[in-house]
Amino acid sequence: MTSSFPSAVAFYTTGQLFLEEYYTLGLIAHGGIGTNHVDGNTRLCTATAAAALKETFASDGQPGSYTDIDSADVIALYGHNMAETQTVLWTRILDRLAGPNPPQIICVDPRETPVARAATVHLAPRPGTNVMLMNALLHEIVGNGWIDREYIEAHTVGFDELEKRVRDYPPEVAAEVCDVPAEDIRAAARIIGHAQRLLSTVLQGFYQSHQATAAAVQVNNINVVRGMLGRPGCGILQMNGQPTAQNTREAGADGDLPAFRNWSNDSHIKDLARIWNVDPMDIPHYSPPTHAMQMFRYAEEGSIRFLYVTATNPAVSLPELARIREILAQERLFLVVQDIFLSETAQLADVVLPAATWGEKTGTFTNVDRTVHLSEKAVEPPGEARADLDILIDFARRLDLRDKDGAPLVKWSDPEGAFEGWKECSKGRPCDYSGLSYDKLRGGSGIQWPVTEDAPDGTQHIYVDGQFWAQPEYCESYGRDLVTGAALDETEYRALNPTGRAVLKAAEYLPPHELVSEEYPFQLITGRTLYHFHTRTKTGRAPQLQAAAPEVWVEMSASDVADRGWAEGDLLELRTPRGRVEAKLRISGIRPGVLFLPFHYGYWDEPGGHEPDGFGRAANELTLTDWDPCSKQPIFKTAAAAADRLGSGDGPSAAPTTTSSRPVTGDVPPTRGGPAAEAVEELATGGAR
Amino acid sequence: MKLGLAIEELHRSENHLARVLLAVSDRHKADHEVFYVARDIAGWSQRHVQELARIGADFGVDLDPEPEGEPGILEKIQQATSDLLGRRPEPGLLLLADLRHVHREAAGVSLDWELLAQAAQGARKRELLELAERCHPDTLRQMRWANAKLKESATQALVS
Repeated sequence: MTSSFPSAVAFYTTGQLFLEEYYTLGLIAHGGIGTNHVDGNTRLCTATAAAALKETFASDGQPGSYTDIDSADVIALYGHNMAETQTVLWTRILDRLAGPNPPQIICVDPRETPVARAATVHLAPRPGTNVMLMNALLHEIVGNGWIDREYIEAHTVGFDELEKRVRDYPPEVAAEVCDVPAEDIRAAARIIGHAQRLLSTVLQGFYQSHQATAAAVQVNNINVVRGMLGRPGCGILQMNGQPTAQNTREAGADGDLPAFRNWSNDSHIKDLARIWNVDPMDIPHYSPPTHAMQMFRYAEEGSIRFLYVTATNPAVSLPELARIREILAQERLFLVVQDIFLSETAQLADVVLPAATWGEKTGTFTNVDRTVHLSEKAVEPPGEARADLDILIDFARRLDLRDKDGAPLVKWSDPEGAFEGWKECSKGRPCDYSGLSYDKLRGGSGIQWPVTEDAPDGTQHIYVDGQFWAQPEYCESYGRDLVTGAALDETEYRALNPTGRAVLKAAEYLPPHELVSEEYPFQLITGRTLYHFHTRTKTGRAPQLQAAAPEVWVEMSASDVADRGWAEGDLLELRTPRGRVEAKLRISGIRPGVLFLPFHYGYWDEPGGHEPDGFGRAANELTLTDWDPCSKQPIFKTAAAAADRLGSGDGPSAAPTTTSSRPVTGDVPPTRGGPAAEAVEELATGGAR
Repeated sequence: MKLGLAIEELHRSENHLARVLLAVSDRHKADHEVFYVARDIAGWSQRHVQELARIGADFGVDLDPEPEGEPGILEKIQQATSDLLGRRPEPGLLLLADLRHVHREAAGVSLDWELLAQAAQGARKRELLELAERCHPDTLRQMRWANAKLKESATQALVS
């Protein structure tokens, strides 16, 4: 171990392990090895959710609850195709829509998603213009006085600057830039502005697009200036993209420190060092923990030599795959991959550690509205596979990581022990688990943190009566500049927000970094479909799901297709300066000028194994390496691309017909589950249903 | 009064800062955040150049409203080279030096805005004061960016 040892070691984890595993990983990496290079693939899915909350409330923590859906009278979904990404939550909205007093729905999405079809107003902006659109909505809401002045004066800072900033963004200007009718912007603003109980939700359409954090923060601003927080029906759901992404963020495995501690607050580091029984100097805190895109950059330039990947697949999920494959394949990089299948990334590894999946191990997971669940082991893992927690603890023992008194650094040997350790770490912090136990989580349903002595049954709403976790000495973050990403220091934050109010942050619109040209006339966005998750590592092996969406497709609007004389099912070649992909054409309800590619398809079930053999089919062959300077989330939804027809396909594309990729032309056979997709559940009390 | 002189000097220094930021961007294409952010915030200086040229006319100075130098062929070569050299560790040190340079240049521009604002206030030139109040915060953000980026990049570049 040389002096450069810690800075040559990096950990890249996921949003799909359990809380106990993230906390143990964070302890090993930050407290044991002493490296600052720890992040999760949550960087690709939920980093902007956390960043936006940190900007507005100076701390992570969801200012909403799923129960808000039950009483909201307006639900605004920003870049959030809930029907395909959170299907169970969407059925809750469908229940409301089919019942008495249905809420009005506002949808912002360039595609005709199921959400758009259910919307009262659907705004389909040009990709990369979200900040412009949000500023125009705020222009109307603030300009018409649809705001709660009393709330603003009592509980916020920054309103004057916001008011001044949005004055420059009348709907007519946004209409031009976003290519959305000004009257639709006004209609949406009127509905939001008159809501009695407003629920706002945000996902990848904002998080993975240009100016991600700035746009997501403007959503917060709407709820804050309207005083719509901390009571039933009034909330914000800055969503997550993976089942346990919330835990990655809480437990400090994702570019944050555990329990929302502030890396630039020395007393927080001291406190963490006390709990871990290590020297504060041994926990790197000279800068925020290194984000994933920067870790790959360090591996590229050769200063990171050891990369330990758990339960994620960067060889398919990161942008500009040719570059990522080259980085991962370098001789000088020692790559460890811990996963349940031999993913594309695992095929490039020096060492593969077979891991168990949920159902084969025990642990807790917390969903986006802070609800903690216990997931108990049901079956033994197959073959040599072991629980991720067991592998990590074994790793720490073999490294002989110790605390400052010479005792083993990791003090537990099972999930419940890790959970007890986490309870101590989280006590007194916003995500306080101290009132929880495995026993308490058994039997009933989940419980929403904070769970403390004072709130033993959990907390449905945080930020009640404008009380925030934003005090300078307590907060997780002092904030960043929304354009440059520069972190504010304590003095600057104290001057801005001495008493810990909500911060209204204004943002100027900047044009996207890659603009369309004669050579690359389309805007390319990538995204999800209902039937697959992430890189299909699991869903591609579920026959019914695989049959519903068996291969990649590309979506284009009917008018773009008509201009070119192409037809449904034609084989297209898509190009950007980074690479090329072949896909069959689906004519869908997407806005003109935009191409959509699902990002799920890689190569593990193709002849190439981990890379294209001939033509590519992974959407990320095409995406550009660029990220939001504030959240560091890569941009997957603002690239310029070309499309050419290679020939006619033999029939329509195999894209699902039940989702956003619904065809707008006839003669496409419908997606059906068939007998193989039917399920029968036998209840213990008797009778099938 | 020497207000015209102060405007002229600021016009020159903002033009220079924009060029420095674009050059830093070109030199660090493989450090993608630096590449893009430096370009975005060079745009602020270019906007200041235009605004200064416009207001300069009121003070008897004739300034070019067109910001100098969009990247030409040389810069394109620089981008390609920096991409190719991206695999070597030295660019990390070069980046630190470049960020230090940006910080110093931006600090100079910041002082120039300070001078102009003081003069505008003394001479009761409301429009000029408003211009300074509008533009100066951008300069401070440029400085803070260079400082923050340097802080963030220093450890890995120097320790590894």
